[in-house]
Amino acid sequence: MIKYLRTIDEQCVGCMTCAAVCSRLYAKEENPAKARLLVNDLGANSFHLVACDQECRRCVAECPTQAITVAKSGVVMIDKKLCVGCLACVAVCPIGAMRYYPGEKHPFKCVACGACAKACPKQALEIATKDEGEKA
Amino acid sequence: MSELKEFRIGDFPVLAEQRYERRPLSRGYNMRTLKVDVGSRGVEEKPVPEDMKKRFVGGKGFGLKLLWDGTKPSTQWSDPENEIVIAMGPVCGNTNYPGSGKSLVVSLSPMTGIPIDSNVGGYFGPYLKFAGFDALELTGKADRETIVLVDGNEGVVRVLGVPEGLEYDTHLLAEQLTRSLALSPDPADLQAVAVVSAGRGADHSPMGLLNFSLYDKRRGGIRVKQAGRGGIGTVLRDKRIRAVVARYRGVEQDSNGAADPAAVQRIGLKLHREIVKNDDRQCKMRKQGTAHLMEVMNDYDLLPTKNHKYGQDPKGPEIASWVWEKLLTQGKPDGCWFGCTLACAHAVDQFELQTGPYKGQKVCVDGPEYETAAGCGPNLYVYDTHGILEINFYCDTYGIDTISFGTMCSFLMECWELGVLNAERTDGIDLSWGNWQGAAQVLHDMADGKRFGVLAGKGVKYLAEHFAKEYGADAQLMRDIALHGKGLEQSEYISKESLAQQGGYYLTNKGPQHDEAWLIFMDMVNNRIPSFEQKAEALHYFPMFRTWFGLQGLCKLPWNDIEPADNARHPEPNKVPEHVQNYRELYTAITGEGLSPEELILQSERVYNFQRLFNVRQGHGRRAEDRPPYRAMGPVLPDEYLAREERYDKQLREKQGLDPAAMSLEEKLGATRRYRLAQYESLIDAVFKRRGWTADGCPTPEHLREIGMDLPEVLAVAEARIAGKI
Repeated sequence: MIKYLRTIDEQCVGCMTCAAVCSRLYAKEENPAKARLLVNDLGANSFHLVACDQECRRCVAECPTQAITVAKSGVVMIDKKLCVGCLACVAVCPIGAMRYYPGEKHPFKCVACGACAKACPKQALEIATKDEGEKA
Repeated sequence: MSELKEFRIGDFPVLAEQRYERRPLSRGYNMRTLKVDVGSRGVEEKPVPEDMKKRFVGGKGFGLKLLWDGTKPSTQWSDPENEIVIAMGPVCGNTNYPGSGKSLVVSLSPMTGIPIDSNVGGYFGPYLKFAGFDALELTGKADRETIVLVDGNEGVVRVLGVPEGLEYDTHLLAEQLTRSLALSPDPADLQAVAVVSAGRGADHSPMGLLNFSLYDKRRGGIRVKQAGRGGIGTVLRDKRIRAVVARYRGVEQDSNGAADPAAVQRIGLKLHREIVKNDDRQCKMRKQGTAHLMEVMNDYDLLPTKNHKYGQDPKGPEIASWVWEKLLTQGKPDGCWFGCTLACAHAVDQFELQTGPYKGQKVCVDGPEYETAAGCGPNLYVYDTHGILEINFYCDTYGIDTISFGTMCSFLMECWELGVLNAERTDGIDLSWGNWQGAAQVLHDMADGKRFGVLAGKGVKYLAEHFAKEYGADAQLMRDIALHGKGLEQSEYISKESLAQQGGYYLTNKGPQHDEAWLIFMDMVNNRIPSFEQKAEALHYFPMFRTWFGLQGLCKLPWNDIEPADNARHPEPNKVPEHVQNYRELYTAITGEGLSPEELILQSERVYNFQRLFNVRQGHGRRAEDRPPYRAMGPVLPDEYLAREERYDKQLREKQGLDPAAMSLEEKLGATRRYRLAQYESLIDAVFKRRGWTADGCPTPEHLREIGMDLPEVLAVAEARIAGKI
């Protein structure tokens, strides 16, 4: 089973609560650029939420130091002690879910903790599970 | 692999130890180098003066400067004061821009007697840099087998003795040392150890190389990259150094102390993305490495076949890139330093050896890269991938340069075909074309220091003279087909049909090597540089530009083995202008100093001219030494001419106004030869003029002042040569 953050674009109103909660939790500051998920404003009140699907694992295969591994929960995790900050993972991520902040040493990504889902006023985010190979 | 004897750190007797103050890098520099004399067991820290940084930049520049200062005009390669200098450069060690982990190694070469420099991956250089040093000088001769260990976490340099039972050949030695000297068996600690070593072949042949290891976590074992050219491994073994080891744990994005880490990230990520997007449509480096070139070279008549006699063979597709792709293990991030997404350092895993001391064992073969696949493949008329891989593996582990070995062995095979060699003279080894087992036996004999291998391992310059003198071979023919310049075997492209590439190989400081200029397509295929002046300009710009990689600790491959999708639209696509811009920005992001396109070339030009004058100081560096053997310039033998008769006849008509129909084959060969030799002399004139050198190839004092390489000791050498005193 793979635990992941399921995104429901149709319900998103772009309030940015998720990004605020996430960045406060992980970066100790409210800054959407440091959130582990991304809210893309497509215009006309339409939004696209981006978070790691925990499934493609191209970053896991690409990491030269094996700092990126898959936890028992199926979540892809970065071990900062092993990461050398090369950003190869950012380059191979097909959906832009592996992020970095200029000048900070390590990339970051959604680890499906669910804090944003709890805070979302529109139920646009939820923690879900899927089988290996099953498309969400 | 068989069970390796295990050692603990305490098994290595400490012969000398010196602690040093650890301090972080600033803007790519430590401003300090390390000198270890294995004879006196002295360890010395040396500051880098500002003027040295300004004029020599780093990497190969620092290496040559330290070697110059440490040796004398009379120093021979085997003298104790000869040094091996491993130097990195300011850009080296950043983890963001692909190809940023290179070490530059210099020494007085056993093959040429002049400075050689070699560019190599692996973790040693960056670890040495993070340990606190911009370069390591190894000098002296030890009275016993010795290991030098630099521990960057502890801040200590140790000269160690070697315990009984420690291996010699690299695939075993580097594995043993990695496991013995790691602080724990944790893979992160194993990855923190980097080993430089040679092998038994380097004990007996001047073409010995240095292997630079990296611990591959996914394979659970060591991999090696090679400082291959010019015999530096032989110097290491002559000093009785079994290995040099760096230990450093804690590499981070900002370990290099960049002035603007965010800019380093931005520039690196841009290239990562370009590689991920374009590589599959361009060179497929991520899947095939440099072996992607095989069928391209065969198609263009450029793949050395039978000692560079031909450039093509119908069997070419048997060793094409798609064949290698199936053999090379796929899906691993095979970079030779962290953050290289071009990842060309591929390997064949679980390869079962068929010959030699490790016969029957399954090993990991690092490669083959193009030069090895070509030089030990079609150049020997070997189209059996197993044979190429077996030679590749044994060359590496014995510490033998695959390029020199391939070119040497192809010379032997041609001598066999010509009847100069026979079973009596080779101690029974059959050196017929294509017999890779025969070639492998020569290699095993080189490692053992016995039988025919001792003679063969001396290299083609020596062999050509020896065969003429001892076996009565035609001395001119031997000189024509012994592919070397200054004593260094030529690397593996056919240069016959490209005058510019003949210059690219032979108008070089260290000998015919593929890292200065590769102009064949520009010259021969695309005809972009038809005049002597245009060729000379290319033979100025490209060697200078490519020298810059060696000053910085960079790899050349991410410059033009991946290109922006719109590169062809630029007026000078061969320069890959967007990537040149990346390099300038990267240099500034790390050092904090601006770099104009002109200053970039000037940085190289200073060091390039210094190296030329180093050759002069050692009694070399003359025009006559820059001439190729004729095999590199044109058809030597009648059947060689006939194989491309239409091409050569056409050239007689169009370039010389002769009528080939009215000429004998001998006359046609002679006319072609005279014409091509004269063309080359005109090329030398144009190139030397463009480079600011005299007609004999000495940089003029005026030119040295103009480019800022006007150190008194350097000017003195130039003035002495011009005055005829040296």
